[in-house]
Amino acid sequence: MREFLLLCVIVVAGTGGELCVTRAMKQIGEVTDFRPLALVRFILNALVVGWMWIGIAMMTIAFFALLAALSFENVSFVVPVTALSYAAGAVGAVLFLRERISAQRWIGVLIVCVGVTIVLLSKH
Amino acid sequence: MTDSPSLHLKTFLLILMIAVFAPLGNVLLGKGMKTVGPATHWAVADLWSVFVRICSSGYIWLGVASLMTFFVAYMLVLTWADYSYVQPASSFSYAMVALLGYLLLGEVISPLRWLGIAMICLGVLIVGHTPPRTTAVKV
Repeated sequence: MREFLLLCVIVVAGTGGELCVTRAMKQIGEVTDFRPLALVRFILNALVVGWMWIGIAMMTIAFFALLAALSFENVSFVVPVTALSYAAGAVGAVLFLRERISAQRWIGVLIVCVGVTIVLLSKH
Repeated sequence: MTDSPSLHLKTFLLILMIAVFAPLGNVLLGKGMKTVGPATHWAVADLWSVFVRICSSGYIWLGVASLMTFFVAYMLVLTWADYSYVQPASSFSYAMVALLGYLLLGEVISPLRWLGIAMICLGVLIVGHTPPRTTAVKV
């Protein structure tokens, strides 16, 4: 139960964090200037976007949940299961970022889910 | 993007770094957390002592450094290479993390788990072979 909860937090908070950061990045716009000063200005711009902070907070939660899971579970189990974030990411991208997902991508997500189910079953 | 041999070499080296440092970082975190041990009571004092032990673990810092190296390499390569070209490296990392867990941490991986991991790699590979941009570009 405890590990199931932690795996959910890793996937949901991790994906949620990435979606928030993506939203913040899209708000800032594409980076074309890679000179050091421009990059510093880019980082400062990113830090004033609210979504960025929500994203960072969620990713921090996901990181510590990952550490907690790794304290009693094998890496070869935890990390493959976190691939579920591809499914969470696809659903989140549709709902939250209004992206369109191709049929091929859904098939890939479905195969990832089958793989994760097999890894979960391999525990017993 | 100009197509030169040096650019190919640079891309190859960075993708190699991505494929190595991401799984290595996770394996080091795993090793570190096995030495730190799980929180027993989930009370504030207990969690704090675990947090202190995490921060003083060399393996955890090595793992974090490894993941940051991966992240910088990933960001750098994405500034010139296509996402769909780089992304297969991240599908490969699921197999790599199991392999490193087996070799470095002595984890026992059943054939069924290898099968599941192979399916995950295949699925991620298929996800990566789709166009990276589906939303209209704002003008």
